[in-house]
Amino acid sequence: MTDLNKLSLAEARDALRKGETTSKDLTEACIKAIDGAGALNAFVHSTPEIAMEQAAAADARIKEGDAPAMCGLPIGIKDLFCTKGVPSQAGSRILEGFLPEYESTVSQKLKDSGAVMLGKLNMDEFAMGSSNETSVYGNAVNPWRRKDDTAELTPGGSSGGSAAAVAADLCLAATGTDTGGSIRQPAAFTGTVGVKPTYGRCSRWGIVAFASSLDQAGPMTKTVRDAAIMLEAMCGYDAKDSTSADLPVPDFEAALTGDIRGKKIGIPREYRMDGMPEEIEKLWQDGIAMMKDAGAEIVDISLPHTKYALPAYYVIAPAEASSNLARYDGVRFGHRAKLDHGDGITEMYEKTRAEGFGHEVQRRVMVGTYVLSAGFYDAYYNRARKVRTLIKKDFEDVFAQGIDSILTPATPSAAFGLGEMKDADPVAMYLNDVFTVTVNLAGLPGVALPTGQSATGLPLGLQLIGRPWEEAELLSSAYALEKAAGFVAKPEKWW
Amino acid sequence: MSIDENTAARVAKLARIKVEPDALPALAEEFNNILGFIEQLSEVDVEGIEPMTSVTPQRLKRREDVVTDGDQQDRVLANAPDAREGFFAVPKVVE
Repeated sequence: MTDLNKLSLAEARDALRKGETTSKDLTEACIKAIDGAGALNAFVHSTPEIAMEQAAAADARIKEGDAPAMCGLPIGIKDLFCTKGVPSQAGSRILEGFLPEYESTVSQKLKDSGAVMLGKLNMDEFAMGSSNETSVYGNAVNPWRRKDDTAELTPGGSSGGSAAAVAADLCLAATGTDTGGSIRQPAAFTGTVGVKPTYGRCSRWGIVAFASSLDQAGPMTKTVRDAAIMLEAMCGYDAKDSTSADLPVPDFEAALTGDIRGKKIGIPREYRMDGMPEEIEKLWQDGIAMMKDAGAEIVDISLPHTKYALPAYYVIAPAEASSNLARYDGVRFGHRAKLDHGDGITEMYEKTRAEGFGHEVQRRVMVGTYVLSAGFYDAYYNRARKVRTLIKKDFEDVFAQGIDSILTPATPSAAFGLGEMKDADPVAMYLNDVFTVTVNLAGLPGVALPTGQSATGLPLGLQLIGRPWEEAELLSSAYALEKAAGFVAKPEKWW
Repeated sequence: MSIDENTAARVAKLARIKVEPDALPALAEEFNNILGFIEQLSEVDVEGIEPMTSVTPQRLKRREDVVTDGDQQDRVLANAPDAREGFFAVPKVVE
């Protein structure tokens, strides 16, 4: 058998059920891969003891014939998920030493489903970033490099550690979270598959909050089939999250027919941006041709408010973040600054937050504070929420015309170099999410998958956007595109 | 709308983040860049449009008004930077 850590979830699951391997062997292979991949800085808190214990329990379950979907499959968990007794820092200094007394619903569901946790994965601080460069742990590094070039590249963000770990076969799959593109952009940068489900599909309980009306958890995997398997294990109604949807969870894997004959695929003209690299345009055209060859009907559509999605996002997300992050006050958990003689409680808050939050987080909290402050609430926050209504209506209109799903590029470029954007305006970094952020604002499901490579040999991804709650159909379309694209490239091991 | 150093200082105060005075000019400039980007929203005709309150048209569920949790003081305090005698401890608030 090939290296066990290189298996997909489906391959490993089938091998486990046939008795061809054990969870112990799979888990050991992943732990060995993690130990040898320090240069990627993907796993930031490894939990090999927990993993081996869970693997032994999973092997026992499989032996007894009780093998739920994820039984015995070793995965990584983004640091944003609270995991009981295991550091959960959201990539921030302010949560240094925090050991949750509880388990997030999503990670609990994965546990219940038999999954083995290898550890916690690097990410941008509080999921605020598109390159994993705002993390307190330092950069996660993309296992992919440009042809004949040893420059270190970003795995994207905020779920950069998750993407790097899956692409480098350190784990079979990982959890991510997506507020403006934080699953789909890193998936596209690393040649992996990432799904952001419909808002409300996955419980947000126990996931450190960034922007509550936009945050969703989702799977990051090697294949579309794996995404279907893992998403099903992650989602479902949870009374502890009032926005969690009380809807039945379909069998996503069974729905993967890959038959898209007669489906209407929308191509939004507003996603053809000025200055978009030619290879992204070509990737998109190739994807359109593949869907057409598979029998889909290609329809030009218009989503007229697309241009305003990023500016609306950069009002709404910081506004919600400034409220959510008010809880980091040095009182109940995490870091508290050392105080000078005579300092009162206000100085404690101010010093704690100045020391505990990194630069990008401070900036967003303050922008959020500003747009919510008296006199600006209407001009910024309320206006942005009205624009959000219009963005959602754009999608409702095209779905009402009979469009089944929408095909777009996932990112405006291939992975860029770490440090390359250091002196750029923060707004330049925000543009990474230009194709993904509309989906969060409209609460829709979206999937990014690799369909081609750049001239320099880096993976490039396309995004499919689906109707609300129709992840099953969306994943089936993605499965068709995956088959047609036949992307099999892997990064050459240098780490 | 342009943000000056005084406004930047006021926002930092409201956000309870200590910003040294010599960092204020750069901060004000960053705010101006971001707000300049956000300013595009003023081009959109939002007349008669409702601000979004919920992205999915669901009614929030109600639960029984009963106690479902509690009696776990140790766990609540377990991560506190300073906890004494069953309470969170903070610097003196009243003189």
